[in-house]
Amino acid sequence: MVPEIGHFALIIALMLAILQGVLPIYGAARSNAVLMGMARPVAIGQFVFVATAFGCLAYALLTSDFSVLYVAEHSNSQLPAHYRFAALWGGHEGSLLLWTFLLTVWTVAVTQFSKHLPQEMVARVIGVMGLISVGFLTFMLFTSNPFERLLPAAMDGRDLNPLLQDPGMVIHPPMLYMGYVGFSVAFAFALSALLGGKLDATWARWSRPWTTVAWTFLTLGIALGSGWAYYELGWGGWWFWDPVENASFMPWLAGTALIHSLAVTEKRGAFKSWTVLLAISAFSLSLLGTFLVRSGVLTSVHAFATDPRRGIFILAFLVVVIGSSLLLFAWRAPKIGLGGKFELVSRESFLLSNNVLLSVAAASVFLGTLYPLFMDALGFGKLSVGPPYFNTVFVPLMVPMVLLMGLGPAARWKQSSVPDIWVRVRWAFGASLVIAVLLPFILGKWTPLIALGLMLAFWLISTALVDLRRRMLRAGGIKGQSRSYYGMQLAHFGVAVFIIGVTMVKGYEMERDVRMSPGDTVQAGGYSFRFDGVRDLEGPNYHARQGRVVILEDGKPVGQLFPEKRQYDASGMPMTEAAIKTGLFRDLYVSLGEPIPNSGGAWAVRVYYKPFVDWIWGGCVLMAFGGILALSDRRYRIHAKKKQESHAPDNTAHVAPETATGSTTA
Amino acid sequence: MMRFILPFVLFMVLAGFLYVGLGLKPHEVESPLIDKSAPAFSLPQLAEPAKNFSPEDMKGKVWLFNVWASWCESCKDEHPVLLALAQQNLVPIYGLDYKDKREDAEAWLHQAGNPYTLVASDADGRVGINYGVYGVPETYVIDKQGVIRYKQIGPVTLGSLKDTILPLVQKLEAQP
Amino acid sequence: MKKFLAIALLGLLPLYAHAEQPPRDMAQDLAEHPMNPVVEKRLINLAQKLRCLVCQNESLASSHAELAEDLRREVREMIEKGMTDKQITDYLVARYGDFVLYDPPVKETTMLLWYGPFALLGMGLVVLFYQLRKRRKIVPEIELTPEALQRAAALLNDEKDNQA
Repeated sequence: MVPEIGHFALIIALMLAILQGVLPIYGAARSNAVLMGMARPVAIGQFVFVATAFGCLAYALLTSDFSVLYVAEHSNSQLPAHYRFAALWGGHEGSLLLWTFLLTVWTVAVTQFSKHLPQEMVARVIGVMGLISVGFLTFMLFTSNPFERLLPAAMDGRDLNPLLQDPGMVIHPPMLYMGYVGFSVAFAFALSALLGGKLDATWARWSRPWTTVAWTFLTLGIALGSGWAYYELGWGGWWFWDPVENASFMPWLAGTALIHSLAVTEKRGAFKSWTVLLAISAFSLSLLGTFLVRSGVLTSVHAFATDPRRGIFILAFLVVVIGSSLLLFAWRAPKIGLGGKFELVSRESFLLSNNVLLSVAAASVFLGTLYPLFMDALGFGKLSVGPPYFNTVFVPLMVPMVLLMGLGPAARWKQSSVPDIWVRVRWAFGASLVIAVLLPFILGKWTPLIALGLMLAFWLISTALVDLRRRMLRAGGIKGQSRSYYGMQLAHFGVAVFIIGVTMVKGYEMERDVRMSPGDTVQAGGYSFRFDGVRDLEGPNYHARQGRVVILEDGKPVGQLFPEKRQYDASGMPMTEAAIKTGLFRDLYVSLGEPIPNSGGAWAVRVYYKPFVDWIWGGCVLMAFGGILALSDRRYRIHAKKKQESHAPDNTAHVAPETATGSTTA
Repeated sequence: MMRFILPFVLFMVLAGFLYVGLGLKPHEVESPLIDKSAPAFSLPQLAEPAKNFSPEDMKGKVWLFNVWASWCESCKDEHPVLLALAQQNLVPIYGLDYKDKREDAEAWLHQAGNPYTLVASDADGRVGINYGVYGVPETYVIDKQGVIRYKQIGPVTLGSLKDTILPLVQKLEAQP
Repeated sequence: MKKFLAIALLGLLPLYAHAEQPPRDMAQDLAEHPMNPVVEKRLINLAQKLRCLVCQNESLASSHAELAEDLRREVREMIEKGMTDKQITDYLVARYGDFVLYDPPVKETTMLLWYGPFALLGMGLVVLFYQLRKRRKIVPEIELTPEALQRAAALLNDEKDNQA
């Protein structure tokens, strides 16, 4: 009964989504306040029904109703309850439901936090989000119904993929999807601005907080995924340039570019068409990721089980959504004005150069991810593009970007001068250069890459400090600066922390692949690891061999690690559970390989010493905090209040149509 | 104003590629060994381990070289097809028992019937690697000069026999 | 065997002059464990650049698939025989094609892949530069209407020149 309620709720949600997609947009075009006014209640109604469906699937999973196909395929009676719940997004159908659910969550958020906006704008934004929802609900109902029954019911379920049976996986997908789906708000704002023909600084201001929230979620989601790969895949790596990882990274890069480009558009009203294009791109890349993961055109460890019918459907959906928005762009963008004036050397120019670098970075990830497909489609045979390619191409793009990141805040808006900037950053430059040259010697190994990485990190830190000091001295002290300024600096500081993490791990990690009998020790990074053998262990739905490794420093035990080799009962899949002793300056990482036959209890053991590895994720968290700090800027709230008090319908006055010849894209 | 339509055009090109991509099989990797000599080896025969089999022995004949194993589920799907083909005596089928236990392989052939003229046993999979085997079953068509002319990835089906393998065998038979 | 390992170790030292492990540790490991860490290190470095064919998308290094294990064994033996990385990858490419390389070779069909991003960067920066220059000439200094000015003042009055 409950699954049928869920199914029915989805059907009603689809109908409401159609209403939500059509009526407000039509109303906005006809200036019909009644139709526009329907946007909010209908959106909330849709949310209620999608949430009901979501709850029904959760119920079926938690009660192990194996007469539901999805439950039978992705859960198991032995599976602990939190993983039964997480199985909601462990498979294609369920994760699609999560996608749609989060889309309605975002839509409701828009209805609540946009009360100060002009009615047409809100109507169009909610309408566009409704249309996206129509696509996803149709997709679900026609090709991927999560409530499909299995008759006769299965005795037990096939179990959740053991790789996903991990606390990180419980929150990683919702975070990631919050990011993906969140970009639909910026997308909807861009489209409604194009539809209404009103693109100006206020549009940028409204889009900014939404973009920042989505970006913050996406940042955390990607960081969680990377952390999961680090301890779950047992190989000590944290980024594999897998197509699915790339699918999340491309919207992140586009979203990062969008945040910076919105800053220019808000400040100077300039490069609006480029900003709009970025807003469309960020969400389009999220959708493209969905297609890549679910259609089977690319091979990936993380891909969902595929079905060609689904591939065709999503592709058609992509063509409708992205194609029509790009057509709308082609039609409306030429009429967008140029905005305010700024000089060649100015903060605007630096931000836009950074935009070029971020976009090219996104494009190269795109190229590398899809190149095998292009070659195969053209009949040039199969090839693989993997980490060596991405590392070769990506690093050279990131170096100038990080250098610009230090320069940007030092440059004035509108007009700056090279000597002026140089005066502001010369000490930072000198200091980071000296640190980069000397520090690796102290750390014990000097390579150009380590020096480069450290230079970039300290360049970011020192330029931030110099800028902070300059502002402190000038006006207002610590409180004189806005929260969005601190948010920006914190996010940039996060990048520096991230770079330190990557540089130190790449430069100084130690790795031992050894065969160990009980009692053997191996050295890595000043620690000894003593292998004390392996014992059997029973988990709730697996059995495991658990090794014990004692860590010794100067002969004294400082900790123990318990790496496991698990075998899951239902699927029979083996899993390596690494054991990690984390620390601020280093991780000690042990994973079990295979037992060595006829050796009296010897195992192949992999031991890593990973200095500063947690700084990688720490940096991401700082970036996300930077986003949250920027969001809390009172500018957005005061602005909201003012708008409510004196709502002026014509707030787009300074778009000058007669100069519409050449606003442009980079 | 052409540049504003450019993103749309690029996207439609991409969509075209993605559409073609849906029909591709990213898992089937063409073998670089096509039109190259079949790698030489000498392996014990499954039925009589004392005797060896080498592709050298097959010079002057067109033959099929089928890689299989008793643990391989899709080999069981293609088995009836191979049996039917063997009955027609159109082309000799030689097997490579890949990473298998002798007893298991013999038991399976005994139970399901034996389409192979002869089976070589590749217990440690090294010959498989030389042939670029990455999944079983795989089937090679080898000509009179000992050159690999075709590789079927995955099970041989009636369709692939009729459309590809047998016409190719006929053509190769006609050649000197 | 020990002697052979020692020779292999000495022979490989120049290659690994900037490798992560200090030689002292290597020797220690070698004395304690029969697995040759130099060979294992090279194996891992190589295997990370090679694709496991049966897997969805994993390197030979990280895959648990049986074929991957066989291929690792094969690569290990080739390393022990003293073959160069180039010889080893050539061996695998001859059997499995370019598909096994995560690092696709630069040739006609991969020109776009390898040089495309940098060409795009050059183009992007050139276009940006010309657009910015053109813009500077054609945008009038002040084009704000009185209402917009008022609005701008309202926006700016509570913040300094300090937004991100």
